[in-house]
Amino acid sequence: MTISNPQTMYEKLWQTHLVEAADGETPLLYVDRHLIHEVTSPQAFANLRFHNRPVRHPERTIATMDHNISTRSIKIDAAGEGAANQLRALAINCKDFGIELFDMGHKNQGIAHVIGPELGLTLPGTIIVCGDSHTATHGAFGALAFGIGTSEVEHVFATQTLRQNKAKTMKIEVKGQVGAGISAKDIILAIIGKTGSAGATGYVVEYCGEAIEALSMEERMTVCNMSIEFGAKAGLIAPDQITFDYVEGKEYSPKGDVFEQAVVDWKNLKSDTDASFDAVITLEAKDIKAQVTWGTNPGQVISVDGAVPSPDDFSDPVEKDSCISALNYMGLTAGTKMTEIHVNKVFIGSCTNSRIEDLRAAAGVVQQYQGQQVVDTVEAIIVPGSYRVKEQAESEGLDKIFTDAGFQWRLPGCSMCLGMNDDVLDEGDRCASTSNRNFEGRQGRGSRTHLVSPEMAAAAAITGHFVDLNA
Amino acid sequence: MEKFNTHTGLVVPLDIANVDTDQIIPKQFLQKTERVGFGVHLFHDSRYLDHAGTQENPDFIINKAEYKDASILLAGENFGCGSSREHAPWALQEYGFKVIIASSFADIFYGNCINVGLLPIKLSEAEVEQLFKLSADAKLTLKVDLPNNVITCGELSFKFSLNEFQQYSLVNGVDSVGWTLNKLDTIKAFEAKMPAWQ
Repeated sequence: MTISNPQTMYEKLWQTHLVEAADGETPLLYVDRHLIHEVTSPQAFANLRFHNRPVRHPERTIATMDHNISTRSIKIDAAGEGAANQLRALAINCKDFGIELFDMGHKNQGIAHVIGPELGLTLPGTIIVCGDSHTATHGAFGALAFGIGTSEVEHVFATQTLRQNKAKTMKIEVKGQVGAGISAKDIILAIIGKTGSAGATGYVVEYCGEAIEALSMEERMTVCNMSIEFGAKAGLIAPDQITFDYVEGKEYSPKGDVFEQAVVDWKNLKSDTDASFDAVITLEAKDIKAQVTWGTNPGQVISVDGAVPSPDDFSDPVEKDSCISALNYMGLTAGTKMTEIHVNKVFIGSCTNSRIEDLRAAAGVVQQYQGQQVVDTVEAIIVPGSYRVKEQAESEGLDKIFTDAGFQWRLPGCSMCLGMNDDVLDEGDRCASTSNRNFEGRQGRGSRTHLVSPEMAAAAAITGHFVDLNA
Repeated sequence: MEKFNTHTGLVVPLDIANVDTDQIIPKQFLQKTERVGFGVHLFHDSRYLDHAGTQENPDFIINKAEYKDASILLAGENFGCGSSREHAPWALQEYGFKVIIASSFADIFYGNCINVGLLPIKLSEAEVEQLFKLSADAKLTLKVDLPNNVITCGELSFKFSLNEFQQYSLVNGVDSVGWTLNKLDTIKAFEAKMPAWQ
């Protein structure tokens, strides 16, 4: 009898996708699903044409228009000529190479990382790639999912494989249960606050513990989505009954006996009990409070009941310098209470927080303010992650709750998360944003971003400042 | 991809940690369907005083006359964090950089650099610190020898390493897609054994 070594989920995913590990070559992994969009694919298609190479598995490839589309109109040129050129190029490329495309106004259109899961394109036990760093989102299903560059997009097109060095493994355990009103966004921001913005560089992270197991699929997606924001190659959560129930019956998910067999296989994915990780980090869920970023990377984050830190709070010289430049860019003074920071823009959306549960949570907070309007110093937009999310929200009357309170209800897309369309902040604007990056200039040159949960963003829209909703 | 053998060039020190891809090439310049036209927008928000990019920021180190011909970027830790946009290495390369040296890089960015033939070199924090000091004292020229994995500067030398295949690919200018397409039979054999749901 042979006893196999205990394996982590990552090692199992690696092993089941290893096509070849030839001497002197980087291992070759099989890619099950390739999501593409208009911004990072055109140069890859151009190279295919140059070499006269086909897309090997167009049926494993799905395209959506998301990054630079307008949220006010479904017209392809509504966000400018540059955007329109890329969108038209995507349509032509998909037609020429036989790839299914969810184009402007299609019922399945939306942000790649929102539509993958909701259509059943995202399955446990698979490798999923996309020319976008937030591909880690799909790790919520126990899929190894990560962002790739355009040269790699081309490699996947032509071969359905990718060369990857094996990453180190990190286990992040969140013990116990979070308090009332604490969202998945608060959990992941608290994790990044603890590790720092490069704390998991070189690692694939597995999130586990009671607080993670208790999350819905959409909440798990929010957690995994931001894995890249502390440097991780990918984030994983072990699939369980919550996962299987979510996947079952989706448009593209396996049906009947094939689904039954899949579930049998998926149940074996979780890390073995004695599997060892290269690093382990533990958090107590009860200590996690509502989070707001104060700086210019997602690791510069603090509880809403705290105050803007001072450079003197950091002993590490690099962190100290980063704090000085962040405070300068953000126009903040050390010691200012987070609840005293006023915003003039609010963005609820992005692949982090634009799903139906996010919109319900935000609408719930709006309702708590009983008829109060978005304060007149604030402009607040809500951008659902997909047409399906939009339709669902409208069927529940959430759009009405928002518009009655003075929020703008927009069309789906990536929107102000990166501001590639016309949803851009002006210089000096301060935004409460449910997105994933607070980098300098991310939402517009000279603009200031505070990353928060949908609940916090909704409260900031009504009151004009951050609020400790659990106080 | 062009072969990378040795390169001798002037170093420009950019002593900032966590330089992200939005800083390297802001999103408004990603709306192209070609691989060219990004160099002029490299570090746009720091490099130009105005949004249109007509007025150079004289305080930004890369704009200083003595560094105009720099081809080696000495960078702070966690260089290239953020998005997967390959436009970042394209912009660096088109501007004229051949080599980037840092104590750490973000994973996706690092891989993207290799794939476009821009050499990312990881040195220890102490070595990077030493290079920053040297470049602060005087203009610093380094010779980067990829086949022998060594950087030299007069008497000084710094060893570095790359993954074996990445090194081979850069030195030989390997067409990585063509390389893998030679293995199509192996890939097909793998596909034949995949479960139905996959």
